[in-house]
Amino acid sequence: MEDWRKDQEVLVMEGRIKVPYRWFAGEVGTRYLESLRDKGVFLGTRCPGCEKVYHIPRRHCPECFEECSQWVELGSSGTLESYTIVRRQHPQLSPLPVPYGYGIIRLEGADTGFLHLLGEFDDKELKVGDSVEAVFSDKREGNILDVKFFRPVKGVE
Amino acid sequence: MGKRVAVTGVGMTRQRSARPDVTGQELINEAVRMALADAGMTRKDIDAVVIGNMDHFEGVNYVDTWSVDGSGALMKPIMKLTTGGTTGSTIAMAAYYHVASGLFDRVLAIGWEKNSESDTTGAIITAFDPFWDRPIFAGAVAGLALEATAYMHATGATEEDAAYVAVRERKHALNNPYAHLHLNMTIEDVMNSPYLSWPVKMGDMCPRTDGACALVFASEDVADDFPIKPAWVLGVADRHLWAYTSDPYLDFKTGEAWFPAMQKSARDVYDRVGITDPLEQFDVAELYLPYSFAGLRYMESLGFCGKGEAPALTRAGTFDMGGKCPVNPSGGVMSSNAIGATAIIRVAEAAWQIQGRAEDRQVPDVKLALATGFGGCFWSDILVLGKEKPEKARG
Repeated sequence: MEDWRKDQEVLVMEGRIKVPYRWFAGEVGTRYLESLRDKGVFLGTRCPGCEKVYHIPRRHCPECFEECSQWVELGSSGTLESYTIVRRQHPQLSPLPVPYGYGIIRLEGADTGFLHLLGEFDDKELKVGDSVEAVFSDKREGNILDVKFFRPVKGVE
Repeated sequence: MGKRVAVTGVGMTRQRSARPDVTGQELINEAVRMALADAGMTRKDIDAVVIGNMDHFEGVNYVDTWSVDGSGALMKPIMKLTTGGTTGSTIAMAAYYHVASGLFDRVLAIGWEKNSESDTTGAIITAFDPFWDRPIFAGAVAGLALEATAYMHATGATEEDAAYVAVRERKHALNNPYAHLHLNMTIEDVMNSPYLSWPVKMGDMCPRTDGACALVFASEDVADDFPIKPAWVLGVADRHLWAYTSDPYLDFKTGEAWFPAMQKSARDVYDRVGITDPLEQFDVAELYLPYSFAGLRYMESLGFCGKGEAPALTRAGTFDMGGKCPVNPSGGVMSSNAIGATAIIRVAEAAWQIQGRAEDRQVPDVKLALATGFGGCFWSDILVLGKEKPEKARG
């Protein structure tokens, strides 16, 4: 086998799996995304057991296992709990040209954070605990990118 | 309670950046043949097989059936498991459960991956929620970077503290012929390497690797019949808390930036096995540290020291070869990361250490070893292995 390989590169079969999917947001996800698209209002759900407010809204509390049946309006600003600044572009997957930021943001009135992009920030100034506010997209289509990004709230330390 | 279980055979391929000379199932076969030879077994002696990888890294979804030529599983009970980075430790735990149940005496556990065959970042993203994570998430590096930022904020740890972990792991790998990377790096090399996703640099991260590892798990009824000394599995546990990318960094209740899934699974198994002081009691640890900051935060989450104390211990050499509890004599995940094989390799290295077979990376007189698995979804698997046969099975 070794001798044979000297004169022959191992052959490669190129492939690309491209499968179409249609993911249903479900009732809870749809109500949330409609509110974001039509009113620019973030909604959370409250667990009747531990009273935790989930944002992104959850249908069930993973700890109490109760149905989170109560909807709560949240603020459109919140606290930056962690973040990173991405420096390497992935040709298909990066949502923005590098460098760009994203982080975990806990909105006012919510007990859990969620993931979103960061924009209009100075990477030397940005820090965990900063107040950040949502900037909405001009064209809103009923997905999480109806929020363009979060940016630091000016004049807040 | 179930049967006591031991690792009685180990097979591992050399970990390499690419193995174009073999297909996936041929790579699996290399590790299986080594494990069977080590255990003095033939294919006929295998009672059941547990196998796993991350399907989307090779784009083959029926690995349990597709791999039977290589795995030895033809016409035998087999199941496939896929749990992200923890895949290898989940396979080891499932093989352990098979044997502990009393239904099987000799179970083959196989973890493998050919990361060279796909776009690892593209494939990893398919593990995340299509509504809330995928439009924003940028792959494993940036996901880990969120953890690193939260840890540094909570403790005041620095990027240089993390660099000490990266250098240690690469130095240890120089003693391990199975390791993919053999890099004699300095702190400056790590600090000067380019940022992938701040605060994580190239020198902080694991590579992408091709490799396979197979273990034989045997019951107490047959464990003494093998040519090598058994490495006993004293206890295993796992915990998981992830639904979305924002979940694992901060404990919902306490707001603390540690790793509750790892803390709780460690505490669970420590209580059963009788570990009260991990740093004193473990002779060696083979931990799934996918990047440098993990070598700080996870030592604290595993109870080796208090919160914020890992940087000083790391700088003092506590976890170096010759230190109080060497971590990753193999060079760990930062030196080789064939993802579906990575966590079972931790168990294999722990078994070799207990059996005194770790060659140039052997820690003297190992009686108790810790092995862990970590998943990109912050899944946490813990296994404790020991030299002495336990008095009874402790789960």
